[in-house]
Amino acid sequence: MEKWPDNKAWLLVLPVFVIVAFSAIIPLLTVINYSVQDIFGPGQSVFVGVDWFREMLQDYRLREALWRQFLFSGLVLIIEIPLGVLIALAMPKRGWKASAALVTLALPLLIPWNTIGTIWIIFTRPDIGLLGAVINNLLGIPFDHTASPLDAWITVMLMEVWHWTPLVALLAYSGLRAIPEAYYQAARIDGASAWSTFLYVQLPKMRGVLTIAFLLRFMDSFLIYAEPFVLTGGGPGNSTTFLSLYLVKIALLQFDLGPGAAFSLIYFIIVLLFSFIFYQALQRVGKGETV
Amino acid sequence: MTFTLKWMEWTLPTAIFCGTIFLTVIAMTIWQTVSPSMERRGFLPIPTTPGDRLFIGILSSCYLFLAWVGFTQWNLWVLPAIILCWILVVMRWG
Repeated sequence: MEKWPDNKAWLLVLPVFVIVAFSAIIPLLTVINYSVQDIFGPGQSVFVGVDWFREMLQDYRLREALWRQFLFSGLVLIIEIPLGVLIALAMPKRGWKASAALVTLALPLLIPWNTIGTIWIIFTRPDIGLLGAVINNLLGIPFDHTASPLDAWITVMLMEVWHWTPLVALLAYSGLRAIPEAYYQAARIDGASAWSTFLYVQLPKMRGVLTIAFLLRFMDSFLIYAEPFVLTGGGPGNSTTFLSLYLVKIALLQFDLGPGAAFSLIYFIIVLLFSFIFYQALQRVGKGETV
Repeated sequence: MTFTLKWMEWTLPTAIFCGTIFLTVIAMTIWQTVSPSMERRGFLPIPTTPGDRLFIGILSSCYLFLAWVGFTQWNLWVLPAIILCWILVVMRWG
């Protein structure tokens, strides 16, 4: 990498730094302070050292929420990335059909997250919901996301896939459209099948956008809050209590600021590690190296 | 309206912790301005600048701290010494 010619340019970033200081750094410092104290009220706190960290790390509900979170994010990636690529491959390439497909695809992305939760509550209700009633009454399979953990998981996954696969599809579509026609012509001359065209032309050319899709989907699903909060509220039991839901329960509902702060920092450190790994991966994509 | 920082609930240990990181970042900035550094390759799998190595050192120390606190009952006072050595090793040879 070349040396930065003039570091004075960084002075222009100062206004952003001031904003970030007020919106992120000062709150973060406060969280660090809270994490080592038992807070009873303003000015009434007792120093407890690392006890909250110990308590949180040995809390089986946090560990369960963590594994649940990784399972959720893993499933999201396994389902959404291939599905998004499939949709992108099947989309019309030009003309009014392409525009219509793009707009239709983008619709779920435009809906506020709380509304999405509400839509899916009604949609999957066993008594009046279109999907819920069909599964229960027409297919005769008992399905109730408020009673069965498995049904709750299926519903949350369906909602998540419905909500966010369009983003992956749009990114993959833009990657596909950026491939020059000459590559396809060359593949046809070589007599390549559709599968090998996909494997050796389209997939490598989509690597950049798919990396971005992968990162965005991982981070978003790892931090998911609003939709499962509205849809299941973390239940039934704790079966869909993801990390952020559990954190809010500790910090805001039980008002345990100390343990909540320790939990936040643990969460933050996990997110920071993945952000760093993904940032490195993106840097390589930017330089055109293999990932 | 009076402006106070009472709500931040500062304690001496957290002030030392945050102050150390803050001062390190400032010192690194001055160092970088005085003698600009280049990316290089050490025992870490990626080429890094000193800033990258500081970040990697601190982040890995956070995990060390969590593992130490969460899974062992060992004396906590040994940990800062280990972390300091680890960060120095990463900064020098990473």
